[in-house]
Amino acid sequence: MASLTAFCHWLEGTQASIALHESIWVYPIVESLHVLTLFVFLGMTVMLDLRLLGAIMRSAPVSRLIQHFMPWMIGGFVVMMVTGVLLFYAVPVKTWFNIFFRLKLAALVAAGLNAGVFHIMASHTLPQWDRDARPPIRARLAGGLSLALWAIIVVCGRLSAYDWFDKDLASLAR
Amino acid sequence: MPAPAFFTWCESSWIGGGIRDSTWLFPAIESLHLLALAVLGGSVLVVNLSLLGLGPGSRSTPQLWHDTRPWLVGSVAVMIGTGSLQFLSEAVKLYYHEAFWVKMGALLAALLFTATLQRRTALGDPDHPSTLRRRAVALASLLLWLLVGTEGRWIGFS
Repeated sequence: MASLTAFCHWLEGTQASIALHESIWVYPIVESLHVLTLFVFLGMTVMLDLRLLGAIMRSAPVSRLIQHFMPWMIGGFVVMMVTGVLLFYAVPVKTWFNIFFRLKLAALVAAGLNAGVFHIMASHTLPQWDRDARPPIRARLAGGLSLALWAIIVVCGRLSAYDWFDKDLASLAR
Repeated sequence: MPAPAFFTWCESSWIGGGIRDSTWLFPAIESLHLLALAVLGGSVLVVNLSLLGLGPGSRSTPQLWHDTRPWLVGSVAVMIGTGSLQFLSEAVKLYYHEAFWVKMGALLAALLFTATLQRRTALGDPDHPSTLRRRAVALASLLLWLLVGTEGRWIGFS
């Protein structure tokens, strides 16, 4: 933990971090891109998760939807990650000591694991339930978990702009 | 120039005051607004991609329109609800904010466009599509929603 904190302090001192933090236009534009990519990435993810839950497009084969949504999900995710890393890079120390940021990271890892497990499972069994209006429990679980985790990620992302608990966390780290 | 009485009245209402006085209410409302944005994004994109000829081959545009309609209506309702609460808590500030007025204009345009031209185009006979019209409608819809989103984000930078 201490070395990560030291790393954040070092990051904060780099020229580009200061430039990004102090910029009038670049920072707000990066932040807007980060938020508005929700429309694309999470929009498509929500639609796929709802299909896995059997709540929408019930007669469409899941494999076709995955094929169709994946480029938009991947493209949107890349933009979100790049802009997200830049936002962290602009304000490393304060962000690192933000409890909501840490919760968001944990939920992000969990969402990644959930997606990974689902894809391994789907690569073996998808042909058996591709056309099911209501996919099997494991697929529904993956869809529900994904919705819940991404909701946590969005809420924590929004709340990380508020510094209610920053001082507590920073003093704990000393 | 002072803000019209309506805006001061909104801001001094007990709802507006209650949101301002609370530490966590405004962030909670913002979070809900963003969650609904994701659902809106999915519903809007699925139909527009299909109009652009990029839809999932197994499903026609009219089918996708019906699939996504409840989610579109639901997410718009949540966004208007949470947006109105945010408005009540800072109505006077918003009155002087150009981005707010542009956003409201674009929102009205996007809603009217979706309910009329886009609806008619999406539900039109999929066997006789006028490709140009379908693409133009999809692009216009995406641009209108993009404008609503960027102006909305811009309200926060002030």
